[in-house]
Amino acid sequence: MTPLARPQEILLPVTTGLIAVTVLGALMVNLVPLPLGVLAVRPDFCALVLVYWGIHQPRRVGFTVAFLLGLSIDLVNASLFGQHALVYVALLFAAIGLHRRVLNFSLVGQSLHILPLLFAGDLISIAVRLLAGDELPAPAHFAGALIGALMWIPLSVLFRLPRLPKTSPDRV
Amino acid sequence: MEATPPPFFKRGPSPAFRFGVFALFAVVLMVLDARLKYLEPARQAISIILYPLQQMAAAPGAVIGRITDYFTAKDAVQTENSRLRDETLRQAAALQELEALRRENTELRSLLEAKARLTPSSVLAEVLYGARDPFSRKLIIDKGLTDAIQPGVAVVDSEGVIGQVTRVYPFVAEVTQISDKNQAVPVQNVRSGLRAIVFGNGKDGTLDLRFMPVSADVQVGDTLVTSGIDGVYPPGLPVARVIDIERNAALAFARITCAPLGGVDRRGHVLVLTTRRDLPERPVEPSEPGPKGKKPRRDDS
Repeated sequence: MTPLARPQEILLPVTTGLIAVTVLGALMVNLVPLPLGVLAVRPDFCALVLVYWGIHQPRRVGFTVAFLLGLSIDLVNASLFGQHALVYVALLFAAIGLHRRVLNFSLVGQSLHILPLLFAGDLISIAVRLLAGDELPAPAHFAGALIGALMWIPLSVLFRLPRLPKTSPDRV
Repeated sequence: MEATPPPFFKRGPSPAFRFGVFALFAVVLMVLDARLKYLEPARQAISIILYPLQQMAAAPGAVIGRITDYFTAKDAVQTENSRLRDETLRQAAALQELEALRRENTELRSLLEAKARLTPSSVLAEVLYGARDPFSRKLIIDKGLTDAIQPGVAVVDSEGVIGQVTRVYPFVAEVTQISDKNQAVPVQNVRSGLRAIVFGNGKDGTLDLRFMPVSADVQVGDTLVTSGIDGVYPPGLPVARVIDIERNAALAFARITCAPLGGVDRRGHVLVLTTRRDLPERPVEPSEPGPKGKKPRRDDS
């Protein structure tokens, strides 16, 4: 079975509004204050949404957006200024590089591509902080990448909803 | 040489080039932030833009908290009320004693011609959230530059010291907890009067009493209070309790682990002690221009 044999569905074009709403939504979800135990394993939704648009619309979401989003997260997280900016820019670059490949897989196969991507993002963070003189985080921190990769599936379904054709093509 | 044909569509610089430029920019920012602290204006600007978003994101949680508070069982409130009443009664007695002692202290100090202690002023703040940085331990509180909070002031709760304000934004401030790896508090053992410094462990929220000789007079259960010699923390605030001592004669120092008394990692209200102590100037090298802090203190009130 070749993955390309699956029928390609025709969806409505992605509007800039949809991208803006999803990116802002991800930022808001990241800003929700949670107990520290939950925070440690909460996936980074900003990273996930950036990777999503990097894969689905590689020409629509720019590096400037990723960079500014990263700076905002750095400020809120009280981490090093530029740390998440670097991670997000790298993730977007990797997503753009992978976009021709990933979409040929099923959602589960796609999320298996996302997992190493998010994990690599964590590793960049850790490398930067080790260089800045900090110590390794608790092992639970890595669960965030795993949960993020699992979240790819519901996220893909959700982001497809606004792009479904308004009426069924059979009912002309 | 084979020339590549011109592209059909103008696409701008390649993603790799753009990634390189932005990554370089991010690295420069990080170095500037970590080493030179030049980026405060940029931080302030982004903080102001993000503030309404943060408020919106926190709103549902706050509403749920309020509803839960509303439906808290009546007897729980009554229990708490009676407990608080008992506590107030006990504290009132202590307060009267304190008042008498304070008067006596002022008189004695004037007899000794010692400098009068500053009356402490403080701001009540609410902990908005614990920052999601797995490498450090910081809290964000809801008071900032608009409430005249200065970087460096101490933050306490009803149990003890929580930490120190390390960065101030217009509406919020970052508090580095004493359990952060880069945080040190000069303390004094209440039982033996021994002075030492506790360092944050950074990993599990405990503190290390470092550089104490194996024979040092420290016991499990000892309470450590701030000694006040750093000029940041006022003296006498409870900081931590010794929970574990490992004395190994092969090592120069004992391994002493303490648990912080203040509600580190807990949410609620904290008190920001906004008074910086008026310490004598640190002697400066003759080559440097004169000390900056010599300006006479303004008394606005």
